[in-house]
Amino acid sequence: MAEKVLELKNLQAYYRHLKGDVKAVDGIDLTVNRGEIMGVAGESGCGKSTLAYTLINAPAHLKHMGGEAYLNGKEIMSMSSGEFRKLRLQNISLIPQYALDAFSPTKKIKTHIRDLVRQHGVSPNDEFMEKVKDRLKIVNLDPSVLSRYAMELSGGMKQRVIMTISSVLDPDFLIADEITSALDVTSQRFVANMLVNLRDKEIIGSAIFITHDLAIMYQIASRIMVMYAGHLAEVGPAEEIMHNPKHPYTEALISSLPRVGIQHTDTRLHGIEGTPPDLTEIGPGCRFRFRCSYRTDKCDETPRREQVGERHYTACWNYEQVGSDSNDEQ
Amino acid sequence: MGKYFGKKLIIYIITFFIAVTINWLAPRFIPGDPVTSLLAQYQGPAAGRQMLETRLRTLFGLEGSLIQQYINFWANLLRGDLGRSILQFPREVSEIVKNNIIYDIAVLLPAISLSWIVGNKIGAMAGENEKIDRYIMPLFYGFVSSPYFWFAIIVVFVFAHSLGWFPTARAYGAGVRPAFTLNFIIVFLRHWFLPFFTMFLVGLGQWSIGMRNMVIYEIESNYANYLRSLGARQKLIRNYAFRNGVLPQVTGLAIQLGQIVSGAITVQVVFDYPGLGRLMYQAVQQQDFFVLQGAFLSLILMVLAANFLIDIIYMFIDPRIRLSYSEEE
Ligand SMILES: Nc1ncnc2c1ncn2[C@@H]1O[C@H](COP(=O)(O)OP(=O)(O)OP(=O)(O)O)[C@@H](O)[C@H]1O
Ligand SMILES: [Mg+2]
Repeated sequence: MAEKVLELKNLQAYYRHLKGDVKAVDGIDLTVNRGEIMGVAGESGCGKSTLAYTLINAPAHLKHMGGEAYLNGKEIMSMSSGEFRKLRLQNISLIPQYALDAFSPTKKIKTHIRDLVRQHGVSPNDEFMEKVKDRLKIVNLDPSVLSRYAMELSGGMKQRVIMTISSVLDPDFLIADEITSALDVTSQRFVANMLVNLRDKEIIGSAIFITHDLAIMYQIASRIMVMYAGHLAEVGPAEEIMHNPKHPYTEALISSLPRVGIQHTDTRLHGIEGTPPDLTEIGPGCRFRFRCSYRTDKCDETPRREQVGERHYTACWNYEQVGSDSNDEQ
Repeated sequence: MGKYFGKKLIIYIITFFIAVTINWLAPRFIPGDPVTSLLAQYQGPAAGRQMLETRLRTLFGLEGSLIQQYINFWANLLRGDLGRSILQFPREVSEIVKNNIIYDIAVLLPAISLSWIVGNKIGAMAGENEKIDRYIMPLFYGFVSSPYFWFAIIVVFVFAHSLGWFPTARAYGAGVRPAFTLNFIIVFLRHWFLPFFTMFLVGLGQWSIGMRNMVIYEIESNYANYLRSLGARQKLIRNYAFRNGVLPQVTGLAIQLGQIVSGAITVQVVFDYPGLGRLMYQAVQQQDFFVLQGAFLSLILMVLAANFLIDIIYMFIDPRIRLSYSEEE
């Protein structure tokens, strides 16, 4: 049996505000096995980064509201922050969406690395720094970047340095949030492939690769989860999701790509009418129903998760209709 | 690096030049001629009066065309000659300034540096520790928001008048002769303390408030979040935040210096403590233009020099400055 690295069960996390709760992660079920790269897709604002923050970096006002998250079989939501701190970087790590701004301007890159590993009881001795230099070579960087300040590095270089730092203690699970978004097309490919490379070299055990760029996701993800407005819409093997979607939103996402399933470089999510709902104090029911052409009365109830194939689930009452010719738009 | 230094130097030279020029212009264009007012006290024969007037004009650098006077002024200045006092004639202004500036330095140097260092520490703690923030910061806001003279009056009232712990007026008691004895040092320190303390407290408030706000901003910044996500303890993040928060504080010091010095003038007047501030205050009242001019010029020079020093220090502590200028070269 495949080894589960991360397992989420009905995970809920809301931003608590005076105006009400922003239900940005609301009932996510997910299993990521060792060796898998799980793509997470969805429109801007659907809660992708919030999911990442819930797992590793929750700001004070983002509250875990229910459900569980298991890392290597251990529940992490109920862990004390002191206990969880030890898992960071060694077991679970993050490449944040703001990677280009993730360095202190007054410290050299190597100072960041040294200080960080010391926090985990690893001594940054010569041997260790040699290893770091080897890692930099993997991402095609000259070891001299270690003695530089962040302002001396280009965006692509910073992204690769962050990649090296976040994986420096060989974490079992790496969250990569929009690591390609700020880069040009060639760098995007390179960085995405680097993630696969890290996995192949078993530097990282498995990863979540968050992006809104389905084309690049399809290149590297073995499985894909599609989120809509804080809900899980559909999750399954990448091939299945791209060629046989079972959720109206996934279908719409894919049909908005210029050519389905073909590696395409400059794609944006457009062509779905309407806007996502406001996540503040949103009620029950399928959150996509306001924009959905399959909508029925049943959709006012929150959909159950239905298994529609081998490790392929959808959250839609009318999934049987999805993909059938009668309802095919465009 | 050299380029940064050069650029700064040019700016400071220009500033100095302008300041000196204004300083030269001011007494010449305010109403009332010092020589005439001095001569009014003369009661000798008319011939002597004529002679005296010429001598005085030469002494005060007031003879010849304006351009001539201006050139002479610079020539004298560069030799360290600031003219002569009208009131304490014929004492040299440079000597009077020298006797006073010691007290400015004795009060300002420790007050500014200590308040800066301690203020930054306390501010950094307050940025992180809610208790300190809640109980100490309001007090500091109080220090900062009251004008210097008001604050100085309160300090005098409490510590000198009500509690009677410290004397006011003069740098040491009347009749005490400066000497390198323990006794004199104690007397000196007791006189010195309140002016120092006032300046220190205001600075303390100022710097800690600045640092507090910087640290609050820094520990929520992206790099801090990144470090935290990867398991850095709060202590490490605090160090990083402090390192970055201190930069604007250094710049702030340069910006605030002029204001601090003008605050010191007020404090000296309130405490009747010697220094360039009190000297200027007296010079204004007694219309001693050249003392005023000399004291003012010395203050400007002091502030400019300190500013220049801070700029140089800044270059060493902010890699961005260093790098952006080395790239140009
Ligand atoms: N600090 C916050 N307080 C309240 N609401 C927030 C906060 N941060 C994000 N949100 C809301 O939570 C929802 C999810 O945001 P999130 O950043 O997770 O989106 P995302 O899917 O990562 O989008 P993007 O693709 O633009 O990065 C959005 O509706 C957003 O408005
Ligand atoms: Mg995001």
